[in-house]
Amino acid sequence: MKRYLIQRLLLLLPTLLGVLTLVFVLIHLIPGDPVEVMLGETASATDKQALRRDLGLDRPLFEQYRDFLTSLARGDLGRSLYEQARVTEIISARLPATLLLALCAMLAALVIAFSLAILAAVNRGGWLDHGALLFSLLGLSLPNFWLGPLLMIVFSIQLGWTPVSGRGGISHLILPALTLGLGMAAILTRILRASLLQVMNEDFVRTARAKGLTEKQVWLKHMLRNALMSVVTIMSLQFGALLAGSLITETIFSWPGIGRLTVQAIQTRDYPLVQGCVLVIAVSYVLVNFLTDMLYKLVDPRVSYE
Amino acid sequence: MNNQLWLVLGAGILLLLLVSALFGPLIAPHHPLRQNLSEDLIPYSSEHPLGTDKLGRDILSRILHGGRISLLVGVSTVTLSLAIGLIIGSLSGFLGGWTDQLLMRLVDVLLAFPGILLAIAFTAVLGPGLEHVVIALCLIGWTSYARLVRGEILALREREFVQAARALGCKPKRIIWRHLLPNLLPPLLIQSTFGLAAAIVAEGSLSFLGLGVEPPTPSWGSMLNDGRQFLLVAPHLTTYPGLAIMLTVLALNLVGDALQERLTARSR
Repeated sequence: MKRYLIQRLLLLLPTLLGVLTLVFVLIHLIPGDPVEVMLGETASATDKQALRRDLGLDRPLFEQYRDFLTSLARGDLGRSLYEQARVTEIISARLPATLLLALCAMLAALVIAFSLAILAAVNRGGWLDHGALLFSLLGLSLPNFWLGPLLMIVFSIQLGWTPVSGRGGISHLILPALTLGLGMAAILTRILRASLLQVMNEDFVRTARAKGLTEKQVWLKHMLRNALMSVVTIMSLQFGALLAGSLITETIFSWPGIGRLTVQAIQTRDYPLVQGCVLVIAVSYVLVNFLTDMLYKLVDPRVSYE
Repeated sequence: MNNQLWLVLGAGILLLLLVSALFGPLIAPHHPLRQNLSEDLIPYSSEHPLGTDKLGRDILSRILHGGRISLLVGVSTVTLSLAIGLIIGSLSGFLGGWTDQLLMRLVDVLLAFPGILLAIAFTAVLGPGLEHVVIALCLIGWTSYARLVRGEILALREREFVQAARALGCKPKRIIWRHLLPNLLPPLLIQSTFGLAAAIVAEGSLSFLGLGVEPPTPSWGSMLNDGRQFLLVAPHLTTYPGLAIMLTVLALNLVGDALQERLTARSR
């Protein structure tokens, strides 16, 4: 385990450095003068000069890059152009809302996927199986920027069951979590169904039944446990889609998380804040992938880096 | 439903979408930008079968023109990503050594980003516009093709026909073009089908956030975004463009799945 951890950490460092470099490069890709783009053409020369100095854009690129990395090491992501606060403070205030939403979306995806996949596997070839496959196909084809408004029309506007937008009690979470989690639920249903069908015919399942275990024990201890590995893989891969999807879902439902913050920062051209948000989302994704790899090793000790 | 039926259904929907995109300007009952404020937000009429938007523009005509944008972005992104991925994947798989290490680490770094996030970040700094959308989507798009090509080449280069070509003195370029590429086509075709679906959804997402094509040019994503403000009074503004995206992605997924199943069955 120790050797595996070191190998994985050695791979993590260049990846993290690459991600940080890409985020650093972002602000330098702005066509023309970045300061003019941020402040507008009508800004005074003094204001422009002050911002250029604040952002360090008046210094050589290498120095800017070095300062960017050392500031990051201190946990400093700079200041927002309009909110008169540090980027880290703004992001930390919004992060819990996004984490809550992502967690609920994952939970919704797991509940839907496990229920449908088990029903489909038990009734292989039946109408429940076809229904689960159809759900998976439609779920993969429904973009969240349409699903969100669609759910809103039906459940908030026509039926009046849930609030239209904003953050409050559990009722505010239902539609955003479903919108964000449906894609993951669709993929998980498909993979889990396939894994269960494969495991069902394995010798160890036949043995478990032959030695007199109850059907519940066979499912819980042998089949679902073995199918879990594919679930961990998909959830880790889909976590990135979930984070990126939060930009759209939070915008649709006015959910005050980091996704909506990123979109607002893009609209107001608050590039230090955009940079900070992108960095936090990308680094979270890298770290989640790293933790998933560690989890693999714990779940299945045969996993190695060969 | 069997594999053949899914394939026919998916291909049928795709053909219909392709024809309507190609001949959109001829089929469209109105000009997509023609405004008529006295006919705004109509849900249905004989003159406007899918209704009109807040400026009285015909939704059907805008959907037909928007489809052209979606397909244009999708096809350009896939073509460019495929070309870059093919070159980098071939170099990586065929040359091996430090070239392979270097290129694959670059792929790892880019894949460390959630794809759409990088596209959003890049279009946010480059500004809206079709070409910026394509560039932003290609930034990560090529990596999956490069990985696929590299993996296939690593497996193929040990096969007898490649070793025979090498023994006969064929140059690497000829081996790649004449012997490896024809074998790479089926998996690349499947990857491209899914890639096209992903690019169309990504373009929709960018346009939905106001980072795609610039108004008043219609695109399915931007039409959805415009319609969001009128959910209560005119839900048809979001329903039809959303349905168009869903049908396109569904058809591409059906075709991709069916082709994949065929390829897997053949390799068994």
